[in-house]
Amino acid sequence: MPSNTRPTQAHFVAPIDETPLVAIDSVKAEGKPSNLWRDAWRDVRKRPMFWVSAVMIFIIVIVALFPTLFTSLDPRYCQLSLSNQGPGGGSVLGYNRQGCDIYARIIYGTSTSLSVGLIVTFIVAFLGILFGALAGFYGTWVDAVLSRLGDIFFSIPYILAAVVIMSVLSQYVSVWTISLAIGIFAWPATARVLRAEILRVKNSDFVMAATAVGVTRFRILLRHVLPNSIAPVIVITTISLASAIVAEATLSFLGVGLPSSTMSWGNDISQAQVDLRTNPQTLILPSIALSVTVLSFIMLGEVVRDALDPKARALR
Amino acid sequence: MTSTVNGTDVQQSTTDTAERPLLEIKDLQVDFTTQEGKVTAVDGVNITLYRGQSLAIVGESGSGKSTTAHAIINLLPGSGRIAGGQILLDGQDISKASKREMEDIRGRKIGFVPQDPMSNLNPVWSIGFQVEEGIRANGIASGRKEVRARAIEVLKQAGLQDADRRLKQFPHQFSGGMRQRVLIGMGLAADPQLLIADEPTSALDVTVQRVILDHLESLTRELGTTLLFITHDLGLAAERAEQLVVMYKGKVVESGPSLEILQNPQHPYTKRLVAAAPSLASRRIKSTAQTEAEESAGTDADAGTTTDAIDLIATAEARAEAHEALASKPPAVIVEDLTKVFKIRGSGEFTAVDKVSFQIPKGTTMALVGESGSGKSTVAKMLLKLEDATSGKIIVGGKDLEQVSSKELFNLRSRMQPVFQDPYGSLNPLRNIGNTIAEPLSTHDVGDRKSRRERVFELLDQVSLPRTLVGRYPNELSGGQRQRIAIARALALKPEIVILDEAVSALDVLVQAQILRLLADLQAELDLTYLFITHDLAVVRVIADDVCVMQKGRIVEAAATDEVFENPKEQYTKDLLAAIPGANLKLGA
Repeated sequence: MPSNTRPTQAHFVAPIDETPLVAIDSVKAEGKPSNLWRDAWRDVRKRPMFWVSAVMIFIIVIVALFPTLFTSLDPRYCQLSLSNQGPGGGSVLGYNRQGCDIYARIIYGTSTSLSVGLIVTFIVAFLGILFGALAGFYGTWVDAVLSRLGDIFFSIPYILAAVVIMSVLSQYVSVWTISLAIGIFAWPATARVLRAEILRVKNSDFVMAATAVGVTRFRILLRHVLPNSIAPVIVITTISLASAIVAEATLSFLGVGLPSSTMSWGNDISQAQVDLRTNPQTLILPSIALSVTVLSFIMLGEVVRDALDPKARALR
Repeated sequence: MTSTVNGTDVQQSTTDTAERPLLEIKDLQVDFTTQEGKVTAVDGVNITLYRGQSLAIVGESGSGKSTTAHAIINLLPGSGRIAGGQILLDGQDISKASKREMEDIRGRKIGFVPQDPMSNLNPVWSIGFQVEEGIRANGIASGRKEVRARAIEVLKQAGLQDADRRLKQFPHQFSGGMRQRVLIGMGLAADPQLLIADEPTSALDVTVQRVILDHLESLTRELGTTLLFITHDLGLAAERAEQLVVMYKGKVVESGPSLEILQNPQHPYTKRLVAAAPSLASRRIKSTAQTEAEESAGTDADAGTTTDAIDLIATAEARAEAHEALASKPPAVIVEDLTKVFKIRGSGEFTAVDKVSFQIPKGTTMALVGESGSGKSTVAKMLLKLEDATSGKIIVGGKDLEQVSSKELFNLRSRMQPVFQDPYGSLNPLRNIGNTIAEPLSTHDVGDRKSRRERVFELLDQVSLPRTLVGRYPNELSGGQRQRIAIARALALKPEIVILDEAVSALDVLVQAQILRLLADLQAELDLTYLFITHDLAVVRVIADDVCVMQKGRIVEAAATDEVFENPKEQYTKDLLAAIPGANLKLGA
């Protein structure tokens, strides 16, 4: 230490009673245990957006399951004499060109849209998780093959692909085939997201520790890696549900979707285009039903994303 | 507290007339707004720093040391704000300066060297551009040529000899040490009166750390810059600064001349820190060996005031006692000519581990010491069969790991378990503590559900954690507690060998001391063999019987710990020893 002529500070010691020592590294074990999912649930519960979207989705599901609760009219019972009539006389929203009740058709169309949405989401999640997980976790040639396969499917716009498939399968058109046609080309996005997440998680020390214990690779994937990488997939899935509903409407609108005998919002919108100028509500009302449904799922997706990403939660 | 502070203030005010302090922090309070409400991170801190002096703020993570430094230059992160007190720079209060005024002060009056050299340079701009940007912003020079000339001068000053050539290079072409030199150069570019260095070398290897700090010291002395630096390492602080401020939970618990505090710590917290600092302990152990009687009297006197569990000397002594009875035991692990070659795409091969051989006698600790890139962790991974060896033998329990069947390997795994460095990465965040500790048991089909649960309780007891943690998740635990869980998991199958890969490096000193003690106790109790992999020679002194020093994939020196410390043969070992912070301190008894 250099001898200095500078003024120096005195040796200061804080009074001990004002700076009490706390036990080193003491354990706090009060309250409920918390983890990512519980924290996310706690966070979600506080957000009005979650409740709004959850209640709407609940109502939509009830409508889809029990349409008779909401209308006593038969959507297939159409009278041409009522063509393009406005509301009144037992009709809430009026009649379309064919003289069918618009409200009843919207109510009965819900189950089609929702089924397509759910089936597509299931297909996308299944294929996406399967291929994404295998590619990300096993790497090497598995990854090369699956990722290129994904790229091929990714490079074809899924609406275009679905149009082609549906025109080939025109005899077998049903909710199932249309869902398959959409789902089979929509999985690569999910697979990519999961693959990236798995690449990140699989190098964690806890995976190494499990390997060192002797846990098999497949079990490590199922037990340690997948649960830690699944959060973004859940988010992307809720959004893909919304886009599947839109895709079905698009296909039906283009005339390659469900036959006009099937009640579907897409069909209604498609058939209403000729009346856009004279009777716009025939087009606007099913469109609103579609938008509200899609919006509910997108909102839910957003809430879930925020809740599962603690960083986003802190920034909000 | 105020009365004492006023007392010291009065004392100082008499000298104030002679010289005004360059920096004076009075009753500084910094608050953060969080979801749970207001949190006071810095609470009534007083610091006085005179021109040309050097001062170190020491504390553990969360003590408020970095927050204090950031408050001075008004770069508090997130919701932080100064809630009270004054920061006087040359007599002028800068705590309430406007944004514009602060921009003038930053760089020109106060330079700042940030902590992490890896993330504090923008990777898409050249080094020259970033240094020039700072020079231009502070108006030190104008005109392309002058700015460039100054940039080269600044970098040369910071120790980059070929600065003119490297100006066009990008951060990824610089090593960590070089980047830190660039940051120091940038901090000093405008010739500030005060330089704040926030843990400037904690991301660097010890030998690089030493060179950088030596350079920083001579540079600030030459330029007459006042130095304020932040560190968690008490030895480093005492060695590099004349004045010491010890912070604990947002408050200053002790401050004054470095050596005085180190030799005669008054506050119980400072005593704890001194007892737990490995860099100081390794020095003190040395003196124990030399003047045994004198020292033992000293530690006895200390024992009343410091907690035994964190006193590294006590840990080392406890170990020594337990090992005295130990005759030469058969080796638990034999490693022969172990080599690992990595194939690098495009550029051929890289030999990470080069013919490494060692044996670890049963029940002892072997430390594998080396800097980053020395291959020490690769050795650990090969031992754990997480990585295949290119050639060589690893013999555990009479079997060569490279030749066993997968069934035998599965059985061998239960005899050798790891504990990794990062306490936040080594536990699966979605599995509760009970399941995490029980996983080795269920994987190896040990016992039934009930007996496994019993074993988990037993293990929690062994690592001194409450049994109520069983149903909880890792995110509620601190780093040290997570590391205890990792140790419990490693011990679940009653292994003979535990591989500790930097297992205490990420922990605060006090927690580190606790875990070291736990490891020592467990070794004595369960007759464990440790392979202790670390970059920190200071810790080695406390825990290890034998040391292998690795450099660039080779073992350059292998000997008993005391021998390595007292009589190092290789230059590299000598360099490493000299680089232990506090190694040059003259600590009287």
